[in-house]
Parts: sequence; structure tokens; C-alpha cells
Amino acid sequence: MNNLLVGSILLLENVNWVNMWEATAETVYMSLIALLFTFIFGTILGLLLFLTARGQLWQNKIVHSIIAAYVNIFRSIPFIILIVLLVPFTSALVGTMLGPSAALPALIIGAAPFYARMVEIALREIDKGVIEASKAMGASNSQIIFKVLIPESVPALISGITVTAIALIGYTAMAGVIGAGGLGDLAYRDGFQRNNPDITLIATMIVLVFVFVLQFIGDYFTNKLDKR
Amino acid sequence: MITLSKLAKTFNTRDGKVTAVDQIDLTIEKGEIFGVIGYSGAGKSTLIRMLNMLEVPTTGEVSVAGKNMNTLSQRKLREARQEIGMIFQHFNLLWSRTVAENISFPLEIKGVPSTERKTRVEELIKLVGLNGRGASYPSQLSGGQKQRVGIARALANNPQVLLCDEATSALDPKTTDSILELLIDINKKLNLTIVLITHEMHVIRKICHRVAVMENGRIVEQGPVLDVFRRPKEHMTKEFVKQVTEPEETEEALKHLFTEEGIGHVLQLTFVGGDAKRALITDLIRKFEVTINILQGKLSQTQDGSYGSLFINVTGDEHHIIEAIDYIRKQEVEVEVIHGE
Repeated sequence: MNNLLVGSILLLENVNWVNMWEATAETVYMSLIALLFTFIFGTILGLLLFLTARGQLWQNKIVHSIIAAYVNIFRSIPFIILIVLLVPFTSALVGTMLGPSAALPALIIGAAPFYARMVEIALREIDKGVIEASKAMGASNSQIIFKVLIPESVPALISGITVTAIALIGYTAMAGVIGAGGLGDLAYRDGFQRNNPDITLIATMIVLVFVFVLQFIGDYFTNKLDKR
Repeated sequence: MITLSKLAKTFNTRDGKVTAVDQIDLTIEKGEIFGVIGYSGAGKSTLIRMLNMLEVPTTGEVSVAGKNMNTLSQRKLREARQEIGMIFQHFNLLWSRTVAENISFPLEIKGVPSTERKTRVEELIKLVGLNGRGASYPSQLSGGQKQRVGIARALANNPQVLLCDEATSALDPKTTDSILELLIDINKKLNLTIVLITHEMHVIRKICHRVAVMENGRIVEQGPVLDVFRRPKEHMTKEFVKQVTEPEETEEALKHLFTEEGIGHVLQLTFVGGDAKRALITDLIRKFEVTINILQGKLSQTQDGSYGSLFINVTGDEHHIIEAIDYIRKQEVEVEVIHGE
């Protein structure tokens, strides 16, 4: 029995490559779209979080507290619970609870605050003297944001988005619980529940390849753009 | 060029109100290199930041190049700041930009077209002596080179005033001198008004025309550098003057001498300007029956002339020594009997 199991894993005889390919495509789709929006919302939130803090360009206690509260709450809710909590919101927004698109709102709402914190940390790392020098040169706030804050924090922003992207791939696996599909879903339903460990193995390996490739690309650009 | 009247700045801290700058009145002329010296915490950093409103004064007025800085709108203030260059102790360059791009930054802020920017950047790179380094990143430069980039950047928009915030404090002595030479050069070439703050008297001596000494938020003494060196009135000023006129070990060495038997009188002579070249010691020996032993001497150059100090040991009859001291006083050489009276 045991030999049979090992044999079936090695021969990959239970793997349906069409299903595997479909699940991979769903994971890629969910991750990429969610990453795009996470990047946009996270950057905006992170910038606001930084700029409205005490002593910064748009110092504003109320706005800062609201954004900080949002970020902290949504970053603390375990993702699997967040998906379930957002079901009514998602069905109203997307119109369905089936398929990978249904996972997107939860993915974005869960990951954007995560990235926002990283953006804030990246911006805080910028030498205050550089901002002061820009003010002394007569730069406006928008010039400081687009010509100083963002360019000076690019390496940290990229390494942040790399970490976020990897976390997002993890989140998409959980999105299976609401029927979103993807590799995680496949590994759980066809692999675990039907006792086909070879399916779980292949799905895991594909996810691993994604993570390694992402990390490699992220590191490459972080190092290339860091002129410090 | 710059007028400060009743300028004050109070910070609210956890330990209550702290007055960093206290009722300062000051006028700085066009084309002048004006130095403010003080220890850290004296308020000089706050003072220089109020000249371009990086710190907003609590009370009082700041006028730079005919503009009343504290009444300007945000927009007008930004325009006024483009007329005031500033360099910093830690250079504050953008590390993500090359040397040329850093120098180009203030031009971008002003909205100068890109072709004009290019030629201006080239000029500035030449002016500060960084030929061929335009494509380097700040991290590839030495401290002195970084400050040169800072200076080029500060001069990009042809400012009327250059503010230097401890611009040489992070540099080694040799590099400091080369940066100071560059500042003198720029001051002469462009007739630029330079205001600098420092805690090193060496910097004041080397490049300033006038100096103000700050202590506890107030200016305790000010005047032409040579005058202040010749007759420092306040205790604080004397301490700073000592930094450049006496080698550090002097005091210790002299104290050791005082303990020796039959040391006699020890005098400190201070020469200023033309006096420094006179043959005073020869005169003394010829005219009075005294023996003179030179202990220590130093000559320094300021923007307006030389300045020197000499420690001598005089032995002989009491009345001869007194006559000799009177004679020195008549020669308009400052003399202080530091031992043996």
C-alpha cells in the first residue's frame, strides 16, 4: 500500500494537467490583479499615513488616526476570516461569489494596508535633512512628494511590493474556501480531500517557483536601483 | 542685504518653554561673509533657519534682499527661497540622483527648461571643480566632493545669499580649507553674501569679514573679525579666539613652567595687522636690561590681515621689567602679564 502511494506520487498519475494549468492561470490572475490594486491603494494610503503624521508636510491628526485605524484593523484580521466577513460586500460589488474575481476585493482590502505600512516605513527612512534641503530650495509639497520622497524610497518600495506579492500568493490559496479556484484550492480539494498527494506536490512546487522568481526579480531591482 | 530685528524663537518642549533665539538685531551687508559662532545649543542653527523661514520666528522680523520674509504668502516664500542658497553639515544630497541631476534639482523646481538646465549644470560643475564627475552618484564621492555638489546646487538659481549651516563641520581640516577657499572664491566672483554658522573659530578666521558670537540665544559680541581677535571682550569670545591663537598644549606647557623656580614674568603679546612684522623683541633687548626667552608663538591669517600671539619669559630687575611692559603697551601691542605680577 505504502509503495503504491509513493509510486503514484512519483509517477504523478493522478495529476490532471489541464486542471493544473487552469488553477495556475487562476492563481496568476488573482495575484496579478490584486497586486496591481494593492500597489495603487497601498502607495496612496502609505503616503497619506506618512504625510499626515506629526511634523510632516500635511500634518493632520484626524486623517492620520482614521487611516492608521483602518490599516491596523485590516492588517490584524486573519485573511481567512476577512474573506468570509466580506462576502456580502463582494457579492454586491462583483455580482457573484464564484470564480477568481470574487476573491479580488478581499485580497486587495487585506493586502493594501499591509503594503501601506511598508510604504510608510520606507518614507520614514528618508533623511529629514533632504526634505529640509528641498524646502530651502523652494520646492512645493507636490514637488517634494514626486521628486524627493518617492524616488528616494524606490528600493524600499520595491522590496516591500515583493514581500507583499509573496504574501498575496499565500492569500490566494486561502481564497479557495469561497470557491475562487487557484492552486491552493486544487491542492486542498483534489489533492488533500481525494487523497492524491501528487497533486498537492505539484501545486506546491508551482507556488514555490512563483515565489522564488518573484523574490529574485525583486532583489535584482532593489539592488540595481539602490545607489546609496 | 539681510536685516533682523527683535528676532526671537521659543520652542514648546516637555520641559516648558525654551528660548532658542532671544531678541536678535543684526544687519548683514551685501557681498559680506558673515560668521556666527557659538557652541551647540547657542541657537545659531535656529537663527540661520529663520533667514529662509525653515523655522518660523515667534516674534520679530526677517528681511532678506528687500523682502520681508515673514509676511510672504506660501507661494511668494517659495520664490524667495529660490533666491537663497543653503548648504548643510551633512550635505543633504539626493542619493538617487547623480551629481548632475542633484545640481539640476533646484532648476527643475524653478521650472527652468531642460536645455538651459544642462548648460547651467555644466557651468556649475566647472565652478566647483568637479569636472568629469557629473555622472557619479553621491555615494561614490568623498565628503569634500559632496559638499562641492551641495555648493553647486545652492548656487544653481543664482542666489543673492548663501547660508552655510556648519558646512565644514563634517570634514577633515584639509578638506575644510579647500571648501573655505571655494567659498571665498565664489564670494569674490559673484559678490555673493554668505552667512555661515560654525563652532570652529578657524573657519571664522579664515574667511569671515565680520563675526557675531552667540551664547544662550543672544549675540554677546560682534564686529570685524580682526577687531574681535584683537580685543575679545566677553569670556565666550576669548575662549573661541584661543582656539586659533594658541596651540592646545600651550596652557598646559605654561602652567608647568610657572611651577619652576625663578621663572620671572611671562607675558602674552598680541599683534594685529602690520604690527606682526615689527622687530619688537629686538627693541626690547636693546632698550632695557632684560633677558627675553621666547616660549611660544603663532601667526594666523584672517581676511583683513594677520594676527599673532607670542608668549615670552622676561627676567631682570623689577623696574626694568615694568618699563619694558610700558614700552610694549605704547607700541599698540596688546600685552597681558599671565604670570609673575
